[in-house]
Amino acid sequence: MELLIFYPIAGLCVALALGVILNTSPVGSAMCLIGMMLGLAGIFVLQQAHFIAVLQVIIYAGAIMVLFMFVIMLLNLKQAASADWVSRDKNLYITILTSALAIGILYKIVDVTFMADLDSPAELPDTFGTVATVGESLFTDFVLPFEVASLLLLAAMIGAVVLAKPKLD
Amino acid sequence: MFEGTVPLAHYLTLSAVLFVIGIVGVLVRRNVIVVFMSIEIMLNAVNISLIAFDHYLNLSNGQIFSFMVMCVAAAEVSVGLAIIIALHRNKPTVNLDEFNLLKW
Repeated sequence: MELLIFYPIAGLCVALALGVILNTSPVGSAMCLIGMMLGLAGIFVLQQAHFIAVLQVIIYAGAIMVLFMFVIMLLNLKQAASADWVSRDKNLYITILTSALAIGILYKIVDVTFMADLDSPAELPDTFGTVATVGESLFTDFVLPFEVASLLLLAAMIGAVVLAKPKLD
Repeated sequence: MFEGTVPLAHYLTLSAVLFVIGIVGVLVRRNVIVVFMSIEIMLNAVNISLIAFDHYLNLSNGQIFSFMVMCVAAAEVSVGLAIIIALHRNKPTVNLDEFNLLKW
């Protein structure tokens, strides 16, 4: 039954991710990305990580995408789409070499993944993925990373304000 | 055919596919905004596999890590979009190839 839910959501996510990179208009890309993030929230619910699913909707599909749309509207992007896909100078040998390397690594990863017997997940307690469980872990084992993250966000906020200001006094 | 829970490999495959789509977007597109969105796709793809292992092993460490990934993504987007606005003020374009002053 879970697979019956998983496959449509996964297909939708992949299709929307392709939509992000194939769309010619940035607004269309952003819309596809919002859809993909909502689909991923569904995947997280399927994995019983409810807290992360809620965060995904609030932070990614909400805050981050609003910021994206804001900047797209602010910059008023109406450039020709043709210039976006222009092919650049390439070194053929380096292209082939790096592609072969990337394909080899990906093949090996997929190979190892399917070789392992990973079909029987652990028995999950009812409390898995709830706010209480994640919060307890966050405030006991991971207090220092949590505080560092708050500093990071503060630094990012100040940095964004300084960067976006027209002129420093 | 559709019985039982979703195997771990399915989640990892979905994660890998989304990550590759993100890489292709970064490499192929030249629009700054779309490149940024592709990076977001890659970050999200990593979150899937983190939580998949969590779900498989009954831990909560992976959820904390994906929480941190979201924090970093928020910071990265706010600073990155500020940089894009600052760049746009100097040169009214969003084509990455035209910003080549720091290139050797």
